[in-house]
Amino acid sequence: MSTMRVQTWAGIAVGVMIGVALGTGAYTFLYARGYSYLTDDPDACVNCHIMREQYDAWRHSSHHAVATCNDCHTPEGFVAKWWTKAQNGFWHSYYFTLGTYPDPIRITERNRRVTEEACRKCHADIVHAIEAPAGRAFPARDRLSCVHCHRDVGHMH
Amino acid sequence: MRHQWISKSGSRFGGQLLKYGVVTGLAALVTVGALALLLNILERKREAQNPFFRVVELTDDTVDPAVWGKNFPIQYDSYKRTVDQVRTRYGGSEALPRTPTQADPRSVVAQSKLEDDPRLKTLWAGYAFALDTREDRGHAYMLQDATFTGRQARPQPGACLNCHSSVYTAYKKLGDGDIMKGFERFNALPFAEARKLVEHPVACIDCHDPETMQLRITRPAFIEGIRQLKAREGVPDYDVNRMATRQEMRTYVCAQCHVEYYFKGENKRLTFPWTHGIKIEEILAYYDEHGVKDWNHAETGAPVLKAQHPEFELWSQGIHARSGVSCADCHMPYQRVGAFKVSDHHVRSPMLNVHRACQTCHPWPEEELKARVHAIQDRTHQLRDRALDALMDLIADIRAAREAGHDQRGLQEALDYHRKAQFYIDFIEAENSTGFHAPEEAARILAEAIDFCRRGQAALRKLAASGGPTTAALASDEANDL
Repeated sequence: MSTMRVQTWAGIAVGVMIGVALGTGAYTFLYARGYSYLTDDPDACVNCHIMREQYDAWRHSSHHAVATCNDCHTPEGFVAKWWTKAQNGFWHSYYFTLGTYPDPIRITERNRRVTEEACRKCHADIVHAIEAPAGRAFPARDRLSCVHCHRDVGHMH
Repeated sequence: MRHQWISKSGSRFGGQLLKYGVVTGLAALVTVGALALLLNILERKREAQNPFFRVVELTDDTVDPAVWGKNFPIQYDSYKRTVDQVRTRYGGSEALPRTPTQADPRSVVAQSKLEDDPRLKTLWAGYAFALDTREDRGHAYMLQDATFTGRQARPQPGACLNCHSSVYTAYKKLGDGDIMKGFERFNALPFAEARKLVEHPVACIDCHDPETMQLRITRPAFIEGIRQLKAREGVPDYDVNRMATRQEMRTYVCAQCHVEYYFKGENKRLTFPWTHGIKIEEILAYYDEHGVKDWNHAETGAPVLKAQHPEFELWSQGIHARSGVSCADCHMPYQRVGAFKVSDHHVRSPMLNVHRACQTCHPWPEEELKARVHAIQDRTHQLRDRALDALMDLIADIRAAREAGHDQRGLQEALDYHRKAQFYIDFIEAENSTGFHAPEEAARILAEAIDFCRRGQAALRKLAASGGPTTAALASDEANDL
């Protein structure tokens, strides 16, 4: 067999594999209603069953009328928001498929920081009056945590 | 030259193939990942479509939980685990081996509370509880333990089985379909007679409607009791099965049995003393008003009461009740099984299941949460110890006064305080949370109990000072005490 022919066959094999990967990925994306995750619709967050309790609790919460999941759980700015979505999407798929996650689920440190910022985004006027100015003397990790006391405003649990 | 070119192109060719291989491998990994995700989602969606499979037909006469378990295997599986015997700091049970006898075929029992704390024998002197009182075991043992307890040495009424067995269908049978009528007849039976009518410990049918699986109340004593309690709160004609919310039902089904009660009159009708309310002084006011006593104390002659597991009453005074947290939220917390969210039917101490029972609402480390509970329980237990000591002193003093010749009339005030103190202490002693269900209320009750003992002793001192028959005897007793 000439080098050219080997190369051709190998190329076809790679093409098939990539095609299978793309096809399976696309089908999974459709079947799992992946497109719904591109919206801000809270219903997307209960496509799977894991966050049903949080969703139910949010519907009863004080913030139900003013904030959806993404308002508090994604940061401001196009890139930051979609990077957060992509990251969470990947890790959710990963852990929920393998089943290796703590139950009741716990927010990660990074996501907790995102929600903290979200409180400050809307409640800036009040927070400014309470909080020390940001800067080297007052690093972010030493700031008061809003959700430490107001845990249940978004959703209990 | 030519040779060199070939080998160069050959190595370039090999490099290319290697790249192809790596890309193929990566594509395969992505495929595997996507497929795993796809199948997982498929499985969960399938599960979510059918919350349960109706394998057998359940009717309002299906008592055997194993039959229900065919339709609800996850719940049944956890229900069966109430056989576990695990110790917690102040409760739970250890599985102690014993040699079975003809009369009592149990080969495993829980540890004796009487051996653990001999003061309890004095507390219950003259009553069957002084014969045999053990730590409570799981629901699975309720019928067995009620049948073979050493307390059976004194004739026990069939009314015990209102709560120590799955009694719903027995009511129906005895009452020709009317559980209220059946309940009345059942209460009047001696234990051995009633025992023949029941087969299982508490089972699915006692809390669930077989058609809809909704929670329901099957115990007439609770239906009557809660109606009286609600009437007092300004809700007339309360029908618990029609008017209670789902969240309330998650407490009420437990409160059918985990309450203080007494057997009323000749027919031993199981009755909850709730017309004045469910705080301890309100319960005692009911008992005083109706002249209820369980027995005369063997050492003092006081007409005393035995408190029995008033979990619902104490919980009602606590912060969890106020926050709308039900019994099931902590004792049967939700668990995730695949796409299902089910109540854990392995009813047990939340201390054995902290992450589901507590951490759903309290996001602190397990050790921290346990420490908080233990702090409450340690303090309650210390107070209970002091209260028991105070009561032992009062009992000894009354006995001495009686031996010294004082009669019932002279001792009346001290005996009243004995009755009160005894009931207050027993209320916390018999309650199964060691104060946790309502820490401040538990402390208040024990503090008042200690005060009752003090007042009882003061009454005796007054009696002695008033120049009764035995001033000298009491004075010498006091000198000994000092």
